[in-house]
Amino acid sequence: MSIGNNIARLVLYGAVLLFGLAAPYLFPAYVSQISVLWLMIVFALTWDLLGGQMGYNSLGNIFFFGAGMYISAVVQIGLVYDVGVYTAAFGGGEFAFTPEQYFTGFWLGMGAAGVLATLFAFLFGLIVFGLRGPYFAIGTLGVAIAAGELVGAWDWIGGGSGISMPTYPGGPDEAKRFFYYLMFALAVATFLFLKWLYGTRFGLALNAIRDDEEKAEGMGLHTNRYKRVAWAISAFFLGISGAIFGNMTGFIEPLEVAFPTITFGIFMVLMVLLGGKGILWGPILGAVLFHVIKEVTWTYLLGWQWVALGLLIVIIVVYFQQGILGWLMEQRPEWFGIRVEEKTRGPAARAGAPRAEAAE
Amino acid sequence: MSDAIIEVRGVTKRFGGVVANEDISLDVERGRITGLIGPNGSGKTTLFNSIVGYHPIDAGVIRFEGREIQRLRVQRIARLGLLRTFQQTRIYAKMNCVKNMLISVPHRKMGFLDMFGRHTSEDLEKAERLLDFVGLYEKRYLLAGDLSFGQQKLLEFAMALMNEPTVLLLDEPTAGINPTLINGLIDRLKRANSELGITLLIIEHNMRVIMNMADKIYCLAHGRLLAEGPPEAIRNDQRVIDAYLGAH
Repeated sequence: MSIGNNIARLVLYGAVLLFGLAAPYLFPAYVSQISVLWLMIVFALTWDLLGGQMGYNSLGNIFFFGAGMYISAVVQIGLVYDVGVYTAAFGGGEFAFTPEQYFTGFWLGMGAAGVLATLFAFLFGLIVFGLRGPYFAIGTLGVAIAAGELVGAWDWIGGGSGISMPTYPGGPDEAKRFFYYLMFALAVATFLFLKWLYGTRFGLALNAIRDDEEKAEGMGLHTNRYKRVAWAISAFFLGISGAIFGNMTGFIEPLEVAFPTITFGIFMVLMVLLGGKGILWGPILGAVLFHVIKEVTWTYLLGWQWVALGLLIVIIVVYFQQGILGWLMEQRPEWFGIRVEEKTRGPAARAGAPRAEAAE
Repeated sequence: MSDAIIEVRGVTKRFGGVVANEDISLDVERGRITGLIGPNGSGKTTLFNSIVGYHPIDAGVIRFEGREIQRLRVQRIARLGLLRTFQQTRIYAKMNCVKNMLISVPHRKMGFLDMFGRHTSEDLEKAERLLDFVGLYEKRYLLAGDLSFGQQKLLEFAMALMNEPTVLLLDEPTAGINPTLINGLIDRLKRANSELGITLLIIEHNMRVIMNMADKIYCLAHGRLLAEGPPEAIRNDQRVIDAYLGAH
């Protein structure tokens, strides 16, 4: 049983890795779309950390994505030119970056995006975790919307007209592949980190907060510490994803690209609900399905894509709240290491007793 | 009187115009079992909530091991070793019993990096031993939410023991438990007290249970302390009998 599980797991991991590595060469026409798929998986996984595992539905996670994007832009440009002068030229003027300048700025910018987004999460966590339930959702949504408006009014970083990012020093195909592999690596890193995290005491504490936060407080858990750190972890990966995505698209602006609360911000929630929240693979399955559905409707139902998306939201929220893996877990709990019927094992059978594993 | 681990002095708690507790003073002696009885609505659970820091009190002092705790928050008090169980049983419903136990380890010395540690094999062994102690060993991999109410109560008790408290406040431990199992539970509570050295403060409606267990009993009525003394004295106290049989 467990050997079969391990083989199945190995095959699954191997298949995903092979697909991820070979995709740019197998489907050269779809490199950008598949890059965005990895981004969607990062979105879904980081949203599920709070929304699924901890039971805190944030509508403002997109803030860290946008913050990371702008932080990396400012670092990349600021290392070589005056940011205000650069943005005032609106993409015109002579602002060349040597390959060395470009890559130094890019890596530093990405690092700064991750670190500062984490810091932002810790600071905002001091405020928003005083809120519970729907108030937390609205409070975090407010943070994201306010950030979009503030950046839009801040001329030094381009205001509403945005920033043209430095161009990747190489051909467009090479650039696509470069950002593709970065997104892929980020998605894999996020997955592995969360998989490890959910196996530690931290994962248990998150679930305890989800099931009964008051009880967890009563048992002496440092609930505030867990909540803030969870949000900071989420923010770290989102900040980095923003830095990569900003460079990938080449042009960033506050409302549609950096802080798009009604597209990416809602997609995060939707993908997790579709796949099944609180289950490691749920967000991934949801992200893949959602991305495929979205790309197909955008292609074949152009003009009606928002209607189709709205319909999907209504169907999921009204009829299918537990999501695909959540539904499967209800039908076949034993596949997820959950026991339902009583087992009559005494302490004598202890050695042979299978251990329940974290639902994956 | 000499070795009181919890000292409650003149505690008053109001909810709007309702006085739930008025000028209550009592002592919980170290290593003993203390009972708290009284008709419904007499303020027993409110007093529990005040002691564990669930809500601020309007007047009075509460000391735990000599230290004033009436201003501390729930988590701090729990980490000091003063733990409570709930009348409406509270467990982590979507986690199995073993996980419920593992997350209930003492958080007293939990540093920042300990959050990312895995549970040790000693933790697991202790969890299984305690589940065995309350008779839930065979159900240890079931989701806690799938257990019956009585079993959830036993699980909550085991989780409390896992936390290694100095004092355990139990809010109606036998309510909702199958009468045939109550003797077993009484036995386990007594063993927790005698073998593990945990001081117990118990709210209980079942007179047979509390008279059988407690070293000393306090009786509340209408938010005030009505009587105190050893079980025999309380059993024969006319004021207590009136409070239960007379005006509810």
